Amino acid sequence: MNQHLVVVGGGMVAQRLVEALRDRDTAGTWRITVLAEEPRRPYDRVALTSYFSGRDADDLALGDPELWSDPLVTLVRDDAVTHIDRDAKTVTTAHGRTEHYDHLVLATGSSAWVPPIEGTDLPGVFVYRTVDDVAELRGYVEKLSEDRVVKGAVLGGGLLGLEAAGALQALGARTTVLQVGTHLMSTQVDLGGGEALRRLINNLGVGVRLNAMTTKIRPHRRGGVGRLELADGGRVDADVVVIAAGVRPRDELGRASGLAIGERGGIVVDDTCLTSDLDISAVGEVACIQGATIGLVAPGYAMAEITADRLLGGTSEFPGADTATKLKLSGVDVASFGDAFGETPGALEIVWADPVGGVYKKLVMSDDARTLLGGVLVGDASAYSSLRPMLGRELPGDPAAFLLPEGGGGAPELELPDDAAVCSCNNVSAGTIRGAVTDHGCTDLGAVKACTKAGTSCGSCLPLVKKLVTTELAAQGIEVSTSLCEHFALSRAQLYDAVRVSGVSSFTQVIERFGTRADGRGCDICKPTVASILATTSPAHVLEGERATLQDTNDHVMANLQKDGSYSVVPRIAGGEVTPEGLIAIGEVAKDFGLYTKITGGQRIDMFGARIDQLPLIWQRLVDAGFESGHAYGKSLRTVKSCVGSTWCRFGVQDSVALAVMLELRYRGLRSPHKIKLGVSGCARECAEARGKDVGVIATDKGWNVYVGGNGGFTPRHAQLLAEDLDTETLVRTIDRFLLYYVRTADRLQRTAPWIEDVEGGLDGVRAVVMEDSLGIAADLDEQMAQHVVEYEDEWRATLEDPEKLRRFASFVNAPDTPDPSLAYVPERGQSRPATADEREGASPTPHHEPVLVAGARLEVRS
Amino acid sequence: MTALDTIVWTTVCRLDDLAPERGAAALLGADQVALFRLVDGRVLAVQQHDPFSDAFVISRGIVGSRHVEDAEVPTVASPMYKQVFDLTTGLCLDVAGKTPARDLAPDLRTWPVRVRDGLVEVGS
Repeated sequence: MNQHLVVVGGGMVAQRLVEALRDRDTAGTWRITVLAEEPRRPYDRVALTSYFSGRDADDLALGDPELWSDPLVTLVRDDAVTHIDRDAKTVTTAHGRTEHYDHLVLATGSSAWVPPIEGTDLPGVFVYRTVDDVAELRGYVEKLSEDRVVKGAVLGGGLLGLEAAGALQALGARTTVLQVGTHLMSTQVDLGGGEALRRLINNLGVGVRLNAMTTKIRPHRRGGVGRLELADGGRVDADVVVIAAGVRPRDELGRASGLAIGERGGIVVDDTCLTSDLDISAVGEVACIQGATIGLVAPGYAMAEITADRLLGGTSEFPGADTATKLKLSGVDVASFGDAFGETPGALEIVWADPVGGVYKKLVMSDDARTLLGGVLVGDASAYSSLRPMLGRELPGDPAAFLLPEGGGGAPELELPDDAAVCSCNNVSAGTIRGAVTDHGCTDLGAVKACTKAGTSCGSCLPLVKKLVTTELAAQGIEVSTSLCEHFALSRAQLYDAVRVSGVSSFTQVIERFGTRADGRGCDICKPTVASILATTSPAHVLEGERATLQDTNDHVMANLQKDGSYSVVPRIAGGEVTPEGLIAIGEVAKDFGLYTKITGGQRIDMFGARIDQLPLIWQRLVDAGFESGHAYGKSLRTVKSCVGSTWCRFGVQDSVALAVMLELRYRGLRSPHKIKLGVSGCARECAEARGKDVGVIATDKGWNVYVGGNGGFTPRHAQLLAEDLDTETLVRTIDRFLLYYVRTADRLQRTAPWIEDVEGGLDGVRAVVMEDSLGIAADLDEQMAQHVVEYEDEWRATLEDPEKLRRFASFVNAPDTPDPSLAYVPERGQSRPATADEREGASPTPHHEPVLVAGARLEVRS
Repeated sequence: MTALDTIVWTTVCRLDDLAPERGAAALLGADQVALFRLVDGRVLAVQQHDPFSDAFVISRGIVGSRHVEDAEVPTVASPMYKQVFDLTTGLCLDVAGKTPARDLAPDLRTWPVRVRDGLVEVGS
């Protein structure tokens, strides 16, 4: 009979505890019950601000959801524990549930602290702690925004207060942060850093008032909150107020059951996380460990790991809190780690400041200026991920070199010791990451993330993980070269730029100018890549002259090669909208040529079993019936999938079909590093599954939300929100730029999701380029797309009009009327399919298909 | 090696019928042959049958070159699974992680080719 662990609280630390215990307790000695007050699974509270933009609470999901299907794990949601009976070893919940425990873990976290001032109960005053808080705040602001510019105020200039201010600002509110103390983020940053930070926050359009003690919150005569009154007699108008003045541990259960409580709150635990009752542990923000409560997730995770280890007989102890923090606010880079205030006796501070650029950096070093004790980085925290693991270690060379702007200093390469912690969220060391490459055969960042979990929580260590992986791969002699192939030392993005700038327009010119060898004639890697590049830099027909020799298998004949050497044909059905006449025409073509038909995932019809010599005959019929190439064969735009939209649907709020048709006709034929799919949904029900597409558009009451980077295939991804409530014109311009930026800079065969990860700054970086023109290329991208739209022609219609191109579709150069005699088909479910090798040889005719006769090669064709 | 005078030359097409670096299939009796005209004017012939996919498709592959032992050899990559073959010898230079179907040999058969009076002749 296994023992029963009861966990009170369903936050991030509780999740980590359950995950760690289930991971290591392979014998199943503990069954676990988690009693959570919130009505949902543990979620990523650290990323709460992203819920403002993400909208979907599922985006905040933590870890593998399978954890909660584990038969040894029970999660009870929406039921708070109200009583602990330490003698009987039971807990009782608000809904009357009683659980007996062998060991109890309190992981109740903290609550937002609301200062005791008048007016905090007014409508429009919010705290910032749970998904529900954020959802209500968002709803309130959106409602007010309908008829005015909303004025927001945030009480508290700490980490959370600044995130809340950024979120309010993103919702269009004009926001002021009120900080009681002398500078922002005073727990993490010194006065100089705080001053640089204030300038950065001001640059976002957010006001900052320092030494501002709020004494009263006054209602507006319309109802709801109206203004704040300050101790110095000042006033601040506000339609919405967010209180982010700090947190208090939720230690009430501990108090009520007589556990030792810290001077400033929190349930006192020792270094093994045990409370004054040895059958009860406390972890996370509710625990008062080494004399203090800590409002950060990394130390909470450490406590969860220690508790899991101890429950299984281990001996680990709390090593001291890693209080390193990084602010996650677009455009404001702040990091603080170690002894940020230089409190160690004899500590030296090395400061570099650029007040104009809003940069302030400080390293705290030991008295001999060799050992790194801590630091503050404001405005440019790029050194954070490589410096933080060096805490308590000697820095090579002059420490000042690490503070200079990138490229200016020449900081020595840091060789991290194997035991240096790289990912503190998941406690992954540099040695573990190196081991993933050397012992587990991981050859890229994605594989290392999956193998070690490094960088899978907050992601701030990813640049460092990537660097370690690259270095280790190079040390293993594994080439991490970005060169395209033996014929080009450039990456696809570099070659794209070279071709675009030089204006060369043929493969021969490209390889002569940029190739590795004068006599090289390319290969199946570089030729299709150059074909794809030239398609957008010097548009021409895919089968025009030398271009024809560059095309990959399918583009080569503008159809999709199937396993037996026959082809499939897909006419465009823009937006999935087709007339009955169109359906009949496709049906007749398929019937007359004996083609197998299947509906594709992109809302169109694929016809299989066409011989190469039949392709022009089939397309003549399709073009005559008003169809055009669907580019199902190209690394190019495939389809824009849509739901039926507001025209017919009871729930639709916008005409998704019309938009999908417009987008498909706009981007048809656009050649890209990989295939591109779009989707348009007419309401938030998302029937078009647009978030599984490279670009997904979802209708809102006010316009369109656009999501990017969704992929199916081998590595499925949900698209992430790029922009909200766009009008149609802005939407189209945004998609234009996104697609062309991808076309220009992605690697060969790199889909949009991994491309976005590779772009400097990730999704924010893409947004900066596409929405804010941070690279100054928007006009150029707009012009290039305009040219694409104007110059588009149907490749198949053009081919049918050119006898020279048609010659290439002959089955045999010396017998153009003889079909390939090797093709053979058998009937199945009323259609034909390729014969298997056995069926061809007649060796073992399958009983289902009698007689195994074979149609195909001599099939009657009406033409 | 077979003496020249025992080769039977069959005219299959005009040189103009072949586009540089684009293959074409031809019937040679019961054999399907893939013909390739290179940029230097040479015409080479290998089997149209792809031993890895068991389909008759080699002529539809991408023509290129590969650096092998200090020489640039002309190649074709199968359109099906991208195995690379030396067009002059038929040798498979890169199996692309696959094995041939039905225990077939990985290499392609070759035929001698000559161009006379603008006509392409294949020897057998």
